[in-house]
Amino acid sequence: MELNDWILALHLLAAFALVGAEVIFSIQIASLWGTESTARVTSFVTLSRVATAMVIAGTLGTIVFGVWLAISIDGYEVWDGWIIAAIVLWAIASELGRRAGDEYASAATRAGELAAAGTESSPEVAAAFGASRGFWLHVATSVVVLVILVIMIWKPGA
Amino acid sequence: MTGLLAAIRPDSWNFPLFIHVLGAMLLVGAATTAVVTSLATVGASERDRMRRFTFRSLLLVGLPAYIVMRIGAEWMYSKEFGDTDDDPAWIAIGYITADIGAVLLLIALVTAGIASWKSKSGLGKAAGLITAIALIGWIVAVWAMGAKPD
Repeated sequence: MELNDWILALHLLAAFALVGAEVIFSIQIASLWGTESTARVTSFVTLSRVATAMVIAGTLGTIVFGVWLAISIDGYEVWDGWIIAAIVLWAIASELGRRAGDEYASAATRAGELAAAGTESSPEVAAAFGASRGFWLHVATSVVVLVILVIMIWKPGA
Repeated sequence: MTGLLAAIRPDSWNFPLFIHVLGAMLLVGAATTAVVTSLATVGASERDRMRRFTFRSLLLVGLPAYIVMRIGAEWMYSKEFGDTDDDPAWIAIGYITADIGAVLLLIALVTAGIASWKSKSGLGKAAGLITAIALIGWIVAVWAMGAKPD
């Protein structure tokens, strides 16, 4: 195996970490949809931490190994249209995902505080885990990530 | 070599590859969810709910994702290799991890289902461990699909 094969494998593993984390967040959001229970929300803290670590590893890994591949593989250049499009969409997805993460992290922290204070249910928590700003940011992130995957496979213009 | 292979991949292979990769990514996400939620410590009031959550993650996301991944894999294989008997090592790794992973996924699904139904904590953790073994195999398969060892 050549170095490029290893870089491609690491790029692919990073992509799986990133999309896998998006799947985890989606399952979690679906499960907590509209819940008022503060205990339910706090029981997902460990899963959220794992998914967040996967997002960080995936976000950094995809861009580092992706750009490395574009430089080292003959026939591709970093300034190819489909690669530039993917990098721009990667930046957009990263920012949307960061904002979605901030929204849900604030909501989870608030749920934790309420649970610690003995409050079992809260409409504030239900609102945050429904069709909230965080939810729509997560939807937007997932759509952009899906478009990146399509670009990576079809490589339009390559 | 990698660049050459990517450059010569016919357009007709793209959709099956997309189906295969998307299914595999959904599977990894669902399996990771099941592993973490079945092995993580949660409050006593939430244990039953988390066992149900683990079971439903595997049943409603993991199993369909596996089927989509496998359909994409077979479709892709038929296009790329046809009737060839001499498969490269990365294809063998893919088949071994997919086949063993299917058995482990079904065992984990049944175990998680019983754990959820009967409120059995030990069975719930066993489902998580079994899924973890399958997940490790699938991660090796992802590496093999990228590195393509001969």
